[in-house]
Amino acid sequence: MASPEITPADVAHLARLARIDIPTDRLAYYAGQLEVILGSVAKVSEVAGDDVPATSHPQPLTNVFREDEPGQSLTAEQALSGAPSVEDSRFRVPRILDEEA
Amino acid sequence: MSDLITKSAADLAGAISTGNVSAVEVAQAHLDRISAVDDRVHAFLHVDAEGALAAAKAVDAKRAAGETLGPLAGVPLGLKDVMCMQGIPTTCGSKMLEGWRPPYDATVTKRLKDAGVVILGKTNMDEFAMGSSTEHSAYGPTRNPWDLERIPGGSGGGSSACLAAYEAPLAIGTDTGGSIRQPAAVTGTVGVKPTYGAVSRYGLIALASSLDQAGPCARTVLDTALLHSVIAGHDPHDSTSLTDAVPNVVAAAGTRDLSGMRIGVVKELGGEGYQAGVRQRFDEAVTVLTQLGAEIVEVSCPHFDYALAAYYLILPSECSSNLAKFDGMRYGLRAGDDGESSVEQVMARTRAAGFGEEVTRRIILGTYALSAGYYDAFYGSAQKIRTLIQRDFNDAFAKVDVLVSPTAPTTAFKLGEKLDDPLAMYLNDIATIPANLAGTPGMSLPIGLAPEDNLPVGMQIMAPARADERLYAVGGALEAALLAQWGAPLLSQAVSL
Repeated sequence: MASPEITPADVAHLARLARIDIPTDRLAYYAGQLEVILGSVAKVSEVAGDDVPATSHPQPLTNVFREDEPGQSLTAEQALSGAPSVEDSRFRVPRILDEEA
Repeated sequence: MSDLITKSAADLAGAISTGNVSAVEVAQAHLDRISAVDDRVHAFLHVDAEGALAAAKAVDAKRAAGETLGPLAGVPLGLKDVMCMQGIPTTCGSKMLEGWRPPYDATVTKRLKDAGVVILGKTNMDEFAMGSSTEHSAYGPTRNPWDLERIPGGSGGGSSACLAAYEAPLAIGTDTGGSIRQPAAVTGTVGVKPTYGAVSRYGLIALASSLDQAGPCARTVLDTALLHSVIAGHDPHDSTSLTDAVPNVVAAAGTRDLSGMRIGVVKELGGEGYQAGVRQRFDEAVTVLTQLGAEIVEVSCPHFDYALAAYYLILPSECSSNLAKFDGMRYGLRAGDDGESSVEQVMARTRAAGFGEEVTRRIILGTYALSAGYYDAFYGSAQKIRTLIQRDFNDAFAKVDVLVSPTAPTTAFKLGEKLDDPLAMYLNDIATIPANLAGTPGMSLPIGLAPEDNLPVGMQIMAPARADERLYAVGGALEAALLAQWGAPLLSQAVSL
């Protein structure tokens, strides 16, 4: 696979998806590095044919259930102890409505 | 310098249990050592002197009351800052979690406390465990006790350096692509990545969940085995935790004869790109293995050449997802909340302010690899490579009992040398990554100093999944033979701080 070209606009798009406010003057810096890294990892598509199954996890996984018994969990005070902002025993967050699309 | 700080964990535990020394004296000696040298080494992000002395006092009280002590009771330890410890600052090397105090203990932390291990503090690391030098810590790099101008490895450089600087005889590391083994190699210490699932990940701040594995770090093979026994074992809090009985790694560490053992030298790990002195010491150590009775065969694992590429797609993909939780809402940093901005704007500002450059780079890379149109070519192909690497391991372990290679391609490099070249930095993990992709266990132990720079070289031993005891058998025998050859531990040659 040919290594893809990464533009500063691509990085800006990815940064928006990842919710990281990367300063405009740093976009080209990251674009250059991403292009180099992607160029070197693109060889992954060279070897594995359609007959090779994908492995997502080193051990065979099965779903694990526990007994549905009441147990000890964090108190509200403990759960809120690291919160940047708290009001009435709840996490206080910035406005979530009327966002720009 | 107190004699207590150069002793092994096994010796300290023995002396404490027989009353020859108190756990408080041992803790104080190590706290004094930290005070004396850590301004130069910077292995610790936080030292909990009060907590350590209280834990030591509790061990002494137990002994005085005639209670039986566990095999590591009263022995001090450095805990990598990726592990949650209730009430103690846990930053993961990031500004994102500066000042955060977890409301709970990781399972590893809890098991250490229950065993009477004295936790001295939290050790430095690359931010969110991303790096091979500890230079990506938001709190400044750790320095290698062998040469303070050089890196101690990463991401667990604080854990490896605290051992080499005699600030602690034990440390906890986590290994996603080599973060226990590579730091051990470049500091002349021992580190083990157990089989995936052998040690609980509950309370371990996740980097890449299918790769992360916590493990023991120490200055001897026996000490790592003792620590392995304390932290391993099934945990219902971790759905990927193995239900197997913990293998008897302590007994295995006492192995001195390798007759009948078949050891494979991995052809793909050790040729071009490996420093001459690393190759020389590795070849000599392989000869020692032969003298111990092992049969040596060359083994080819052809897909290991693709491991690094697959890893740098799988890891960023998983981490871009795992680190989405750091959004400034429920804990940790919140930046740019001016009362006017939306939650999405505050998240983006928080993540820009809280994440360093390497973390940002990997999140963006992972976001790219998982995006529509590229998913199959990148992430999908990388997962197929993972299958091929597992098959390479299976084929190899059908012929041999363990595999060996150099742990890292070079000795410790200079601080700053690779900081602006991510690809060069990533190459440090070229020999350690295959075991993470396959979930198999690996150990690094010191095998000498490279003649060209007098810096430590590590040998990596790899075993099949759930056969961790083989690492300790081969490591224990090799360590004893090398010690007999050298006359003193390798670390005694480190320039004294």
